[in-house]
Amino acid sequence: MVQPTRERLNDQPGDPGFEENLAKFEARVARGDKVEPGDWMPDAYRQQLIRLIHVHANSEICGALPEGTWIPHAPSLKRKMALVAKVQDEVGHGQLLYRAAETLGKSREEMIDELIEGKAKYSNVFHYPAETWADVCVIAWLIDAAAIVNQKMMAEGSYGPYARALKRICYEEAFHLTHGYDMCISMATGTKLQRDMLQDAVNRWWKPIMMFHGPSDKESKHTELLMRWRIKLKTNDAQRQEFLVKYLPKMFNLGLTVPAEWDLKFDEKTRTWTYNEPDWDEFVHVVRGNGPVSAQRLETRRLSHEHGRWVREALAAAASGRRVPMPN
Amino acid sequence: MTDTQWQVFEVFHQPVRGEPHVHVGSVHAPDAETAILMAKEQFARRQACVNIWVVRADAITATTYEDADIFEHGTDKSYREAFGYETTKRAKAVGDSAEL
Ligand SMILES: [Fe+2]
Ligand SMILES: [Fe+2]
Repeated sequence: MVQPTRERLNDQPGDPGFEENLAKFEARVARGDKVEPGDWMPDAYRQQLIRLIHVHANSEICGALPEGTWIPHAPSLKRKMALVAKVQDEVGHGQLLYRAAETLGKSREEMIDELIEGKAKYSNVFHYPAETWADVCVIAWLIDAAAIVNQKMMAEGSYGPYARALKRICYEEAFHLTHGYDMCISMATGTKLQRDMLQDAVNRWWKPIMMFHGPSDKESKHTELLMRWRIKLKTNDAQRQEFLVKYLPKMFNLGLTVPAEWDLKFDEKTRTWTYNEPDWDEFVHVVRGNGPVSAQRLETRRLSHEHGRWVREALAAAASGRRVPMPN
Repeated sequence: MTDTQWQVFEVFHQPVRGEPHVHVGSVHAPDAETAILMAKEQFARRQACVNIWVVRADAITATTYEDADIFEHGTDKSYREAFGYETTKRAKAVGDSAEL
């Protein structure tokens, strides 16, 4: 498709006709109509979506880093092939999402560069190290599960290109989840050493997982607007609850426990879990690039971008009919 | 860094011979040949596919959603449709009961 026009006419409060256009836009969105590139949209809608899709894309790319590191150490050929496939999917998701964000007017190049330069955020969970193979299992099962809760919801959102990309992504995530659960079942039904490794991984990952869906509704400043514009259909707390209700019983069934400090209790009356609120200041600190391995992640990302440079240069040269010397 | 912002190609895939090509998304690539390679990796990793088209995005001319009213029908167009006719009944009346 032809890129949307860059003259963003009268899309900010105070511009002529803004209120009238906004009312029409909100009515359309409330009806469940999809917004397409080139349609009139409030600038704030555009900016919020660019921000969200950019972070989402970065998270797919950065999520591939801890898993990619473990490819050479996979315990069997089957697990290795599955992990390679998953990592390829995640990078593919990143590319699909960068394309979706581009339809709103920010270039892929800008987004890639901002990530490498540490100016753009990515999911809190990938600021933590994957220390053992059991971490790979926990990431593939529980973090993918938490991400699926979020992505299924966003796939019903109002912006057409993002929703379409997410439909495709959710289809592939079904494999990630099955693969992750399968690995966790192997570990949980294995030797004592394997069971302990899995529990240890859960213990270390539980905090980032509790924070994954973002600050509590009491703290989250954008939620109301995002929900009115159907960018988001559920609050952060509702997504967290959905994840807990579905996956805690499965974890307990595998003999896993959750660190006691969270004081997780099931309230039979409301059919929801109560828990000690995560430290949201810590969350903000981590996603701003101060997590345990934030610096290493970006360095790996930068190196991989640099290592791929000759390929991009060779492709570009070939496309322009030039021959380039290959590196030795 | 100015080496990743290649042109955009829209991707159409055909899941089985005989079916229409369907738009599935787009890729960045320096030329059409590379776009095919990218499209294969991005959109044909596991689902059935027998053929892919890539088209430079800037080669596509599209209508705008604001002009969607050009597709609206001002008058009754049922004379263009099979359902707009009661000919089965009329054919029977003239002695033809076979399928139209
Ligand atoms: Fe993904
Ligand atoms: Fe995934």
